Amino acid sequence: MSATAPLETYLAHLAQGELAFQRTRDGRPVFFPRLAAPRTGETDLEWQVSVGLGTVYAATTIHPKGEPAYNVSLIDLDEGFRLMSRVEGVDAASVRIGMRVRVRVARDAEGTPLPVFDVLTPEDTP
Amino acid sequence: MTAMKRGGAVVVGVAESDLGVVGPHMSPVDLMAQATIRALDDCGLAIGDIDGIFAASAQVRFGPMMLAEYLGLNPRYIDGTQIGGSSFMSHLAHAVAAIELGLCDVALIAYGSTQKSVSRKAASPTDVNPYEAPFRPLMPVSAYAFAAARHMHEFGTTREQLADVAVAARQWALLNPAAWEKEPLSRDQVLGARMVSDPLTVRDCCLVLDGGGAMIVTSAARARDCRKPPIHVLGTGEAIGHGSISNMPDLTTTAAAISGPRAFAAAGIGPGDVDVALLYDAFTITPILFLEDLGFCAKGEGGPFVQDGGIAPGGRLAVNTSGGGLSYCHPGMYGLLAMIECVRQLRGECGARQIGRHDIALAHGNGGVLSSQCTAIFGTPATL
Repeated sequence: MSATAPLETYLAHLAQGELAFQRTRDGRPVFFPRLAAPRTGETDLEWQVSVGLGTVYAATTIHPKGEPAYNVSLIDLDEGFRLMSRVEGVDAASVRIGMRVRVRVARDAEGTPLPVFDVLTPEDTP
Repeated sequence: MTAMKRGGAVVVGVAESDLGVVGPHMSPVDLMAQATIRALDDCGLAIGDIDGIFAASAQVRFGPMMLAEYLGLNPRYIDGTQIGGSSFMSHLAHAVAAIELGLCDVALIAYGSTQKSVSRKAASPTDVNPYEAPFRPLMPVSAYAFAAARHMHEFGTTREQLADVAVAARQWALLNPAAWEKEPLSRDQVLGARMVSDPLTVRDCCLVLDGGGAMIVTSAARARDCRKPPIHVLGTGEAIGHGSISNMPDLTTTAAAISGPRAFAAAGIGPGDVDVALLYDAFTITPILFLEDLGFCAKGEGGPFVQDGGIAPGGRLAVNTSGGGLSYCHPGMYGLLAMIECVRQLRGECGARQIGRHDIALAHGNGGVLSSQCTAIFGTPATL
């Protein structure tokens, strides 16, 4: 039996509104999803769904010529993995390192699901 | 472990190809060959002496193959390592090993790029990362912007300090007739330039130009017959930290913290012994990171180190004396040009930008998005 592409499993989770990642046998989070774990090489990585809470690790505002500025950020999820995304719903320039954020699965222009983040306000904090 | 005899391999010939804008009909391999002929002339060897070939270009999938064809060579040692801008420090490390092991006698390292003439987009096909591309990062600048933002957040580094890296590069460039930029640049001009990917403005980013170069490396014994005094390879170090920026564990510490100590250990020297450092300046944040990671200052102190002319002519350390990727030339993979400047400084060939004591030079290459880090240390015969 041939293996399922990690990206396929990841996208299937996203289509159901879930941000998925993998864990090794000893609990180490793995992202991007892989067929084999870094360092150990174990191939029975377990898929999990993130709670979706995280912190902005780094942020940049991109200023394309003739287009509105937009944010791109690196987000550290509370489970211990990092991914590239963007923070929506606020001015790009107001996104700050250390902001608490929560994932939301949006759709791009082609309808492909995409994990984006909203800023957590104090009353949102669980 | 240091397998190689220190200084056993020697750089005998260096040259740039034409730099700047070469036109759309010139090919990257044309530039490699042009630089090769000039480098052979620099050392007095002939094409037929070359029996090891090392080449890379973002525009040529099979660099050594196409260059061997062009030059009519049938090399017995071949290396096309492609890890971005640091590829050529990696080539040098491998050439030293190959020469030491007798796998080749005369190694050619070559590079050519026509990214300005054919457009950067056409020249640099990139691997699409499905976990990053949907968010439209402006690569590679956004990756370096993340690192700069993190460095500012953790250590209080300022945009003024970043700007001073560009200002210093410009001051050196004005002393180099081969440099692209010919006008002075002020800190305010950098700060006021068009923002590209915050906190980096267009003046925090390297030039996008055509260019190439070549370097001839051989054994110390063979070098005795060459035209110019030998420049010895005292040590090299290679390291890879990650591939994509979202997988870089700590954005303020690069794998130069691994490659640097490897090169220094092989060379038997420390940062304090270095007279001139060519630190890959694709963006103003990179020399700051490499000054720290290579041990020229402590982590977090790179900003104060470069501030107010710290790395400009007359500063505390001679850095990027050619004017660097920011103001001299950046054809996309700049590492070979950095090594060429090291050799010329050690030979004392640098005219108005020639540094005073010139015994030991360090070239540090960066590839990808702070991903591959390779360090090479050169010395005059007096340092053996």
